[in-house]
Amino acid sequence: MRTKDVPQDHSILGEHRKASYAVDENGRYVVVPTKGWEVERIVNAQAIGEIREHIEQTRQQALRGKLSPLAYHMARCHMNPALLAANSGVWRWRIKRHLTPKGFMRAPEAVLQRYADALGMSLEALHRVPEQPEREADTGGKD
Amino acid sequence: MAVESRQMEAMIAGFEHRHAGHCESGTMATLLRTRGLDLSEPMVFGIGGGLFFLYMPLVKMAGMPLTAYRDAPRCIIKNICKRLGVRMRSLRFRDPDEGMRALDRFLEQGLPVGLQTNIFWLPYFPDDMRFQYNGHNLVAYGKRDDEYLISDPVTDHTVSCPAEALRRARFAKGVFAPRGLLYYPESVPAAPDLERAVPLAVAATARRMTEIPVPFFGVRGMRFLADKMQRWPEKFGPRKAAALVANVVRMQEEIGTGGAGFRFMYAAFLQESGELLGNRRLNEASQMLSETGDRWRAFAVDGAQLVKRQERSPTAFARLADRMRDCADREEEVFRHLKSAF
Repeated sequence: MRTKDVPQDHSILGEHRKASYAVDENGRYVVVPTKGWEVERIVNAQAIGEIREHIEQTRQQALRGKLSPLAYHMARCHMNPALLAANSGVWRWRIKRHLTPKGFMRAPEAVLQRYADALGMSLEALHRVPEQPEREADTGGKD
Repeated sequence: MAVESRQMEAMIAGFEHRHAGHCESGTMATLLRTRGLDLSEPMVFGIGGGLFFLYMPLVKMAGMPLTAYRDAPRCIIKNICKRLGVRMRSLRFRDPDEGMRALDRFLEQGLPVGLQTNIFWLPYFPDDMRFQYNGHNLVAYGKRDDEYLISDPVTDHTVSCPAEALRRARFAKGVFAPRGLLYYPESVPAAPDLERAVPLAVAATARRMTEIPVPFFGVRGMRFLADKMQRWPEKFGPRKAAALVANVVRMQEEIGTGGAGFRFMYAAFLQESGELLGNRRLNEASQMLSETGDRWRAFAVDGAQLVKRQERSPTAFARLADRMRDCADREEEVFRHLKSAF
């Protein structure tokens, strides 16, 4: 790849730049900062789209009372019961019980505090589910 | 607690950040440079034997078959120690408080250190780059009030990170948990023998790329993946098949590789080594690998088209598989050339 061919497309990077190795006019390899590549954006949108969809579905189910707020915040932090168990020290089967609204209501405060710590939020925020999606999808142009 | 010391101020003032393609080679290059051994990232990557390929469909990463264009995490650090005679010191901590205090002590002494972190909890990355991945490396080189000064190799400038976030990132649990890992070179040779290290490294990578007698690794792994890929549409249906292709392309381009799945970075290493050692064969191999890298980019373009459009016919997958087979043939050629370089 030549330095002039390093793509500078709109991407998830925002203000960030990634380092790309390319050959300059003297045939020498140099680092060229890149804003991103359309190809990356497409394959990333695929992966991120699936995560986003999962978070959004969980949010709606939590609002409808099918799942607990914990289920939403766990999804928001890209976690599953196994990973939350590892991070909170609460057993997985116990977490699963707390993913239902009923089980969540009965959870002891000390356990909820451990979830809040593992998810990097306050105990109070753990009880809330936003009415709207927290972030707009950045598809970076149209598909 | 504010940490301030003359040594730390001197380190901050004199610190030079360099933008890198890959977190492990970038971190290691920075750690070595701050201890007097100035090697480029490609040299660290190449001598560290970073280049590889593997496809292991039964091992899943975030639900996707494990696909990697490089060797295992920490392999670069390990090989650099072995081949250059660097001695590293690594510390892990059971208690996060103790892990943060230890970090502060090193910074007070003016010593930048490497840290293993979970990328999801690092607030300076854009949201969509943040995944639950525990293997991200970075350099901490100072502290101001409650913010750590970070030289993250994959960002184009230095950043700062609140103490609470860094603590979370260092002590996240799960697969490959960092357990607060902090590391730095304890002793670095002033003038390591590159004329010995480069041939060793090249020979090892050439062997790993072409001679491991199982189908998952090196050029065999590429051909194995190509064969599987061709059958994805009938096996999984077009939607899942496209998601699988997207994952392969992401591993090649999106997850910090310097372009073309580390192939350009390795070509840069071969070029620099060729000149350093006056070995023409290395330069020839560099050019061959550059061309192969361009083919990998073409593979990524076709893969992305397939993901984007609904054009997901079996022939589209077969064409994509052929592109990968072409890359495998070319890389086999590159490494055959390299085996006869010394």
